[in-house]
Amino acid sequence: MAHFTKPDEGSWTEHFNIDTTPVSYEDSISPEHYELERDAIFRRTWLNVGRVERLPRVGSYFTKELDAARTSVIVVKGADKTVRAFHNVCRHRGNKLVWNDYPREETSGVCRQFTCKYHGWRYDLEGQLTFVQQESEFFDLDKGDFGLVPVRCEVWEGFIFVNFDDEDTTSLRDYMGRLGAGIEGYPFHEMTQVHTYRAEVGSNWKLFIDAFMEFYHAPVLHAKQATQEESRKLQGYGYEALHYDVDGPHEVVSSWGGMAPPKDETMVKPIERVLRSGLFGVWDAPDIGIDELPPGLNPARHPAWGEDSFLFFPNFMLLVWKPNWYLTYHYWPTSYNTHIFETSLYFVPPKTAYERLQQELAVVTFKEYGLQDGNTLEATQTMLESRAVTEFPLCDQEVMLRHLHATARKYVSEYQQKRQAETPVRISAAS
Amino acid sequence: MSTFPADFAVLEPFADWAIPTERARYAKRMACTMDELQAFYDAAFPRLEAGTDYLRSVQLDGISEQDKRLLWLFCALVTVSFPVEVWRQPKVPDSGASSIDAVLEPAV
Repeated sequence: MAHFTKPDEGSWTEHFNIDTTPVSYEDSISPEHYELERDAIFRRTWLNVGRVERLPRVGSYFTKELDAARTSVIVVKGADKTVRAFHNVCRHRGNKLVWNDYPREETSGVCRQFTCKYHGWRYDLEGQLTFVQQESEFFDLDKGDFGLVPVRCEVWEGFIFVNFDDEDTTSLRDYMGRLGAGIEGYPFHEMTQVHTYRAEVGSNWKLFIDAFMEFYHAPVLHAKQATQEESRKLQGYGYEALHYDVDGPHEVVSSWGGMAPPKDETMVKPIERVLRSGLFGVWDAPDIGIDELPPGLNPARHPAWGEDSFLFFPNFMLLVWKPNWYLTYHYWPTSYNTHIFETSLYFVPPKTAYERLQQELAVVTFKEYGLQDGNTLEATQTMLESRAVTEFPLCDQEVMLRHLHATARKYVSEYQQKRQAETPVRISAAS
Repeated sequence: MSTFPADFAVLEPFADWAIPTERARYAKRMACTMDELQAFYDAAFPRLEAGTDYLRSVQLDGISEQDKRLLWLFCALVTVSFPVEVWRQPKVPDSGASSIDAVLEPAV
């Protein structure tokens, strides 16, 4: 029997008009399909590359390796305090402009200008070419023509996004749609204490999103995280979401969260009792200066609400938790069956040693779970690639997975159609 | 000067657990036997339990060197709490060769 109300259609999947038949994971095991996704998705959507807090001063910058989009970008705060993005390439001979020691690793810092390591060409924070070594040796070189190549860059609620599609004119705010608008005003800027983790994962990027857009797995895969008795109870209940929603390519799952604090403290581990913290966050929520949540958070206005997981297509997940903290996930593909997973946990800065320890426990607990998730994915990827089984039944609590894969496939097919339409018809000579 | 504040002097034999970063704390956990983790946990957990009032009074702004080391040590207690309380082994079960590494963390 359902614990939480479902839509009138009887299921979330049918409510969103999504097919209920078994699914294929060919889109996650085909190298050719991944090559199409790189152009159809990662060069054609708004990609979140970080938060504005990473750029506190004029001249603050960071680089982002975007293998899936076949480039690297520099994100920098200019003298006018505007955040801009540029392709990370020198206009002279194509050397990567900003890197340290290892060309493929990301870097960050503060500078007054960017100087190429190769021949010393310099660019200001707005991307203008300002110095050419032995300029008189060049032929009619106009420095105004050789600035860094800009990448569209916009900021939404303090999150910095880039977009490589120069034909598309959709603003970031419009792209974020109804789900984005629904959480505008949440005080993300109050939560500036950040812990960032990174992992190389041996699976297709979509499979890890799958793992975090359903919680059907949680009572089973993470059974040992709870005390034995509690774990048995949780498996008995299974998992049901409070609410699901989709808008265009984006989606959200809203969950209950009775664990911060738990109803009964004997349910949790000794360290959680002493530090009053755990996977769901610190039990004593800090003040974040708002009386009411924006309408897009806890969309069902359910008293048992604990957390909302948003997926902003293609690869940016934002999780807002009831005890006033949030975390982000990013999945950066490096091949059809590998990706780099990044997560950042954001808290209100702690004032005391005790508060710092509470946050440490939430962070470390997350890591223990994440390690289990990551390894399970590799096990999934290898067996999907065996193609011994090609169709998989998904339940109603896995509706968001269907939506994600259908969305990704739609981007690819629309891109293929467009490309076909653009290809000039070849008339072959009659033999 | 002793490593920790006077009330926590009993933790002196475990001073090598006062490690400033999560990455290094995790590395030490992986390099230890369960007996070593258990011994540290058994010594530190009761001190944390009895010390919460004190820790609530320690302001991070202008924190002393002794308090800072105490905080690092209790962060390490958090790191070993999963092996001791749940896993019964240093490593997360079924985590194979996968790793998730801290790349950015707060200074204290």
